[in-house]
Amino acid sequence: MGVETKLGNMGIVTTTLEEAVNWARTRAMWPLLFGLACCAIEMMATAASHYDLARFGMELMRPSPRQADLMIVAGRVTRKMAPVLRRLYDQMAEPKWVIAMGDCASCGGVFNNYAVLQGVDEVVPVDVYVAGCPPRPEQLIHGILTLHAKVRASHPLRQQG
Amino acid sequence: MFKELGALVKGLSVTFKSMFEPKVTFQYPEQKRPVKPRYRGRHVLRRYENGLERCIGCSLCAAACPADAIFVEAAENTDEERYSPGERYAAVYEINYLRCIFCGYCEDACPTQAIVLTDQYELSFTDRWDAIYTKERLLEPVPPGARPTPQKTEPGKFVNPIPEMPDFPEWKP
Repeated sequence: MGVETKLGNMGIVTTTLEEAVNWARTRAMWPLLFGLACCAIEMMATAASHYDLARFGMELMRPSPRQADLMIVAGRVTRKMAPVLRRLYDQMAEPKWVIAMGDCASCGGVFNNYAVLQGVDEVVPVDVYVAGCPPRPEQLIHGILTLHAKVRASHPLRQQG
Repeated sequence: MFKELGALVKGLSVTFKSMFEPKVTFQYPEQKRPVKPRYRGRHVLRRYENGLERCIGCSLCAAACPADAIFVEAAENTDEERYSPGERYAAVYEINYLRCIFCGYCEDACPTQAIVLTDQYELSFTDRWDAIYTKERLLEPVPPGARPTPQKTEPGKFVNPIPEMPDFPEWKP
């Protein structure tokens, strides 16, 4: 946004505003449905009543990238799926984040072969990697909380651009 | 018209009744659901009671790993600098948790029961390098009253290439 580049250093004003912006961003981070394999089952379990992602303001799993803030890549991404994934990522509105859920999305996991992308960060920038094969719902929530901590530590108004 | 209203009341009564059903949600970060006794989480490298490491650097865990997540580099023990009671020890022991699929084959392959899987599952990283756990992060703390490794031991005490394990159940084919 670069408010400071236009208005100069405003000290406490931008800091407080940043905190408010970060708070708002972490409280309603709508995920984009990107279930590709077995991790998607755990993602569904995370959204279901036992773990209840709605507690974090994430109950809306958006099938449309235009209304999503967070892409949870759950499962192995094949080379054929990679352009689709990149296109959906490009269609998401800023600010956007990516969680690579599970081993396959993070680095290919056991599928070390020509058909599977060795880590989804070959095509999109990944914020949080969640280990596990598949991760249990708690692990995904832990990853989401790690992302929340990362977002809270960011400075959205100070970046150039 | 009353018929339709009746249907509405009947339908909403189901919604109303669900408010008194028992709550099933685990409030995760505050309240953790207990895992099953045989749950396989992140690894721990164990020690003997005298503080020596159980791992003898044989790389059988790395060979058994279907995901190639484990890297072991062995080095020779000496009596001046002793890490494990065997002939060799693991100088480098790394597990990449973004590769590990928590199958537990390493635990089965280990001849000294050095590597075990615990119930810790909170593994998420903002950087891929953080996911590689080195030996320092995997080793369990030194038991009370024991010395940390490397230890200086008297010559002739540890001569077997594979340590004797008194607390080890006898293997029967």
